[in-house]
Amino acid sequence: MASHVTSRLVLFVIFFVLVGLTALTVWVAYQDLGSWNAPVAVAIATLKAMLVIVIFMEMRFGQPLTWFAGASGVLFLLLLIGMTMADAMSRGWLGVPGK
Amino acid sequence: MDRAEKAVDYLNADYGVRSWLLTRDHKRIAILYLLSITVMFMLGSVFAVLIRLELLTPAGDVVQADTYNKLFTMHGIVMIFFFLVPSIPAVLGNFLLPLMIGARDLAFPRLNLLSWYVYMVGAAFTLWAVITGGVDTGWTFYTPYSTTASHTNVLATAVGIFITGFSSILTGVNFIVTIHTMRAPGMTWFRLPLFVWAHYATSLIMILGTPVIAITILMLGLERAFGIGIFDPALGGDPILFQHLFWFYSHPAVYIMILPSMGVVSEIITCFARRRIFGYSFIAASSLAIAVFGFLVWGHHMFTSTQSVYAAMVFSVLSFAVAVPSAVKVFNWTATLYRGSITFEAPMLFALGFIGLFTIGGLTGLFLAALGLDVHVHDTYFVVAHFHYIMVGGALMGYLGAIHFWWPKMTGRMYPEAPARISAALVFVGFNLTFFPQFILGYLGMPRRYHAYPEEFQVLNVMSTTGASILGVGYLVPLCYLIWSLWRGRVAEANPWGAAGLEWRTNSPPPTENFAATPIVEEEAYAYPLKEPEVV
Repeated sequence: MASHVTSRLVLFVIFFVLVGLTALTVWVAYQDLGSWNAPVAVAIATLKAMLVIVIFMEMRFGQPLTWFAGASGVLFLLLLIGMTMADAMSRGWLGVPGK
Repeated sequence: MDRAEKAVDYLNADYGVRSWLLTRDHKRIAILYLLSITVMFMLGSVFAVLIRLELLTPAGDVVQADTYNKLFTMHGIVMIFFFLVPSIPAVLGNFLLPLMIGARDLAFPRLNLLSWYVYMVGAAFTLWAVITGGVDTGWTFYTPYSTTASHTNVLATAVGIFITGFSSILTGVNFIVTIHTMRAPGMTWFRLPLFVWAHYATSLIMILGTPVIAITILMLGLERAFGIGIFDPALGGDPILFQHLFWFYSHPAVYIMILPSMGVVSEIITCFARRRIFGYSFIAASSLAIAVFGFLVWGHHMFTSTQSVYAAMVFSVLSFAVAVPSAVKVFNWTATLYRGSITFEAPMLFALGFIGLFTIGGLTGLFLAALGLDVHVHDTYFVVAHFHYIMVGGALMGYLGAIHFWWPKMTGRMYPEAPARISAALVFVGFNLTFFPQFILGYLGMPRRYHAYPEEFQVLNVMSTTGASILGVGYLVPLCYLIWSLWRGRVAEANPWGAAGLEWRTNSPPPTENFAATPIVEEEAYAYPLKEPEVV
């Protein structure tokens, strides 16, 4: 298997991008974006996670099985968020207090 | 090979404490885990003894209510996070997985040793929390009680569990990479022993689920320490969110405990029935199905919370679905026994006990998955009985069966058979006497987690405490004869049971490198009746 090396320059650039995105997260937390508060925060977090996975974890050089492993993590995260949100969003449907 | 020839094995290859504490041999690390989790099991058992003593009489006369709260909490935390979760994977999985696939070690030996140290650090934190006053939240740490009301050592315990979680993740990663990359020539996926399939599925849950509980506990700690509003409604949080996150891991964690036992039972049943396993591929696939379905059912722990009825209905249906792969295994084990040449050595007795007790535990789980019935028995002793049938009747019976089955391989010594059979009988009888009355208590309405109860429940509670005493003896007896066997036991042959599998084709105990030459696999798993076994 060929070995891949990510240059130090790329690693530093990505590091500072991540720091910048963290600062952006903090700034956004103090802005009132209404119903967009959570989606914007999650979008920034997703971008940061992608940079870590693709660059720092070198997933872009990974074999299909490595991608499959990474994708399964994302799938289970979506499962956790999706089914929890399904509960939260359907709580008032029955019209019974507490249910 | 005879001991008189002074064969070099993993036990005598090196001497001294240093050689053990810095070992990278998966077999020695398994022994380190064995010693550690045995101590934790004894600690958890002490808490159980005190709980059962308190419940002998209706009045709260042995300990105060506060102390009782701490006892059941620490019993749960120690037994689940520090005994049951690491029990079979970290001891038997560590020892056997490379042997079963014909490898010399796990893929990451240093990571393996690190996992034990991480476990020990986590255990130390938790023990410190216990010694300095304990914790009273229940092992579930439900918020907002755990974040705002409890004045006990919640943070130290949480840190201990958080740290120990990484041990689980490291073990899971190691197993998956080892199974993918280090199988001997000819060891195709569908020639893998079912023990290996079970550990593969378990490892998937460890990797996918454990980070969630770690982060959940971290958030709990942040809210408790710094007042960050995540779960506390007064701070804008949602306590049900905690339950979602907690059970997303903690329900699959049940399968971390039970799947390895299922793998053990597949090995033992085939060996002592002298038959090929019935439906190999279905049992292998059902392990993966349990791992996946296990992640879809967590909401059935929350039927009486403010979870929406619609979500509850979905979780209820999915919970019924997870019974299917479990039933596939039970039916296939039963079919394997049909027309087998069955013998009843101690490991087989534990395995048969597992099938019966797990079946009762599984079927009563369906009661709890039913929305209407669950509301009636929620937080009663019915639930306590149900999960003990799974975790003790299932997981612990499997662990004891495994220890007995592979003890000759691990130590090179045979234990005396008669007391081992008596122990299996004591555990089975004691277990049922302890926990079956609790189904009735729960159905009659006795709530869990109270140190006093109405007088009409006393007879069933006395039965339960009597059973716990028998169960305790059933656990102590093996401790005695297994330790005795280390010095006085008959020297074990390479394959004392006449079992199939690569681990039986090397010496007992195995050499450090496992096999003198890399074995080549030319037949399916469980190719009974065996040809004359050769030692590699």
